[in-house]
Amino acid sequence: MKTDMRKILESKAMLTFIAILIAFVVGAVVLVIAGINPFVAYATLLRSIFGAPKYLAWSVVYATPLIFTGLSVAFSFRTGVFNIGAEGQFVVGTLAAACVGILVDLPAVLEIPLCLIAAVAAGAVWGIIVGYLKVKWGINEVLSMIMFNWIAYYLSNYMVNLPILHKEGGGEATKDIVDSAKIVFPKVITQALCPRTNAGIIFAVIAVIVIYLIIEKTTLGYKLKAVGFKRHAAEYAGIHVNKAIMTAMSISGALAGMAGALQLMGNSFRVPQFAGQEGYGFEGITVALIGASNPIGVFFAGLFYGAMKYGSMKLSIIDAPAEIVDIIMGTIVFCIAISHVFRITLKKKKTDKEESK
Amino acid sequence: MGRDRHIDFDTVMVEMRQIVKKFGDFTANDNINLAVHKGEVHAILGENGAGKSTLMNVLYGLYHPTSGQILVGGKEVSIDGPKKAIELGIGMVHQHFMLVPPFTVTENIVLGMEPMHGITLDMKKAREEVVAISEKYGMAVDPDAKIEDISVGMQQRVEILKVLYRGADVLILDEPTASLTPQEIRELIVIIDNLTKDGKSVILITHKLKEIKAAADFCTIIRAGKYIDTVDVNEVTEKELASMMVGRNVEFVVEKKEQEPGGAVLSVKDLHGKDYRQVEILKGLNLQVRRGEILGIAGIDGNGQTELVEIITGLRKADSGEITMNGESIFNKPPKYIFDRGVSSIPADRQKHGLVLDFSVADNLILQNFAEEENASRGFLKKQDIINRAKDLIEKFDIRPRESENKPAGQLSGGNQQKVIIAREITNDKDLLIAVNPTRGLDVGAIEYVHRYLVEQRNKNKAVLLVSFELDEIMSLSDRIAVIYDGRITGEMAGKDADENTLGLMMAGGGKHED
Repeated sequence: MKTDMRKILESKAMLTFIAILIAFVVGAVVLVIAGINPFVAYATLLRSIFGAPKYLAWSVVYATPLIFTGLSVAFSFRTGVFNIGAEGQFVVGTLAAACVGILVDLPAVLEIPLCLIAAVAAGAVWGIIVGYLKVKWGINEVLSMIMFNWIAYYLSNYMVNLPILHKEGGGEATKDIVDSAKIVFPKVITQALCPRTNAGIIFAVIAVIVIYLIIEKTTLGYKLKAVGFKRHAAEYAGIHVNKAIMTAMSISGALAGMAGALQLMGNSFRVPQFAGQEGYGFEGITVALIGASNPIGVFFAGLFYGAMKYGSMKLSIIDAPAEIVDIIMGTIVFCIAISHVFRITLKKKKTDKEESK
Repeated sequence: MGRDRHIDFDTVMVEMRQIVKKFGDFTANDNINLAVHKGEVHAILGENGAGKSTLMNVLYGLYHPTSGQILVGGKEVSIDGPKKAIELGIGMVHQHFMLVPPFTVTENIVLGMEPMHGITLDMKKAREEVVAISEKYGMAVDPDAKIEDISVGMQQRVEILKVLYRGADVLILDEPTASLTPQEIRELIVIIDNLTKDGKSVILITHKLKEIKAAADFCTIIRAGKYIDTVDVNEVTEKELASMMVGRNVEFVVEKKEQEPGGAVLSVKDLHGKDYRQVEILKGLNLQVRRGEILGIAGIDGNGQTELVEIITGLRKADSGEITMNGESIFNKPPKYIFDRGVSSIPADRQKHGLVLDFSVADNLILQNFAEEENASRGFLKKQDIINRAKDLIEKFDIRPRESENKPAGQLSGGNQQKVIIAREITNDKDLLIAVNPTRGLDVGAIEYVHRYLVEQRNKNKAVLLVSFELDEIMSLSDRIAVIYDGRITGEMAGKDADENTLGLMMAGGGKHED
């Protein structure tokens, strides 16, 4: 079992590595066309990620919500639904945590769990509604989720402007959450690293382990995967299919909601008036794909994306567009998607061979 | 039978000499010879995985042989792809059809070789050509019907027409009867006869002995990649063919000890139900299965047997009636409830209902029991125990390859997939085992295993409900045969008294006493 797992992981890791390599080459070509020396650009990018402990700390801060939305999407992939709604679940998670964090002032030991529970519940409900629509009336979850993303988006912009939440004295955002709701580390650490170094990454590690255990080791994971892979067989085997789909959606939604809460409590502290969707949920899809829908893979893919996102901001120093990172990430996803085609062809050849045994 | 074919023994259409095909260390074809004459039907017989498909893929240019020669019309050729094969007049109809469902029959047939009128398609001409070929070989098809609307048998005709349209003289049919009904199989054999009358040659890949006897002139047997023999079909019996194929004696008739059945385990009373189109298909069906007996349900597909099994197992809701299991009602209860009351089943569609193909064999073996104590504690799966038990079952039920417990079930051959299901359902050891077409697509060796296990259940004083379209299977296994027609059981007889003609008549709606 172990060796088999490793084999799969190794081959997938290898493909991912190749995809990243190709993407950087493609990025280099684009840079050359744009008249920028790619070596200089990449050196800048690397320096702005690894140049100082502070930069690395920032990268981790950027990565935390992406690991969560990545886990959310990966979990949905593994259980046969496609959670394109992590974006909206992220937003309602943020909103729920913000409501608690602004309106309730308790000691941190109570405040923090309360914010997180509110966010997890909001994300889960957002997921469950879509799951319910799917099992009850067969509404395609991708369509309803995209709509729910917009509902969350406008709901958020509406709530931000409610007097009870809105920042006093202008500004297009809510008030800051109370200090006891913040999960930023004490000064000793933030001064050594970056001002936003927070406990989010610890939650991320725990979530990765929990999700890994659920998927691989538990009867719940078995049930959800069976439904995801082959609905009819699961039904035949006596698994409650509709319940399983709703459970999968709610767990996936809860993870995305958690991402929103941690981003708020560890980094942004307030909910701004949005001008466009923020993209954490969609970036989660990229993270899940790069991480091959494996929780541990997602963890590293999230760190990678977070670092790239942070590093890209410094590219303006050399007049290189930060969007080059989007091109690179896009190319990676593209290559990985193609690699599935390759793998299917290879697999087909292999099964042909096995059939003839 | 009664073939009178004019085989032109002077004209060898295709000859394969000492073909060797290796994949790495594995030799799939080891020195295989084959010669097909004009107007001949040549069967290639072998178990699943014996190397039949590999050989044909070599001939069709999908694989390049490691060594050996291929001669077409007496000249040595190198076939580097299907396109070349088609140019040489070799066409192949794959087991899994390659048709475009929303396209019409005509569109599918001419696809890639459409007649042109200037720069536009000349569909009128295409249609005429298609009609002409289909009439020539007595293959009635509706040229304007969409593929998605026609039956599997019709789709197969389209595939054959596609190959003929491309000018093939040698047609390779890969397991052509695997998904056909008995009626469609008879029609196919007529089509094959028509083709040979026109001087076409047919290579028939199969593991069904009956069809070889009915349709083929010669038969080449391959076992474990090796060439065994080429025989004149008229000079061998089915039994001889079977033992050449598997390398040992095969018992067609399963030994059953005499045994008095016990009390009713399953009882169905006045069952009414609809099919997926919401048309009433079960019209007051009554049925009883007793301990220690195999009850066979014979019937033509579409008379309600599928729905009956779905309703008993909880996958479909019935309108009215009564179903009890050991006296307790299981009517319209969920699948798990029914399973826990003692009903296990080998489903008709093993890939849809029976297995999660992406799951490992071990995980498939616990499909209904994953949450039970032996497999899980406190919500966690006992992986090691599950693997160990899987290993035992793989050994006991001869699932191949060995050590496949961690392999996705989808990588196993059809026969071995079926063995996984059977291993699971038999180990469940429930009071009632329902088996629907349990040997569909399996080769003789595997069929023998399946039959033995079903009889073993019966001998252990369990009840077995067998639903099958193979009359032979029903007749050789059942203690009692019930005929289903138009949503009711219309007749019943003891298994040992049954004969094909009476049963056939009853299945077609004739009563038991009519002759």
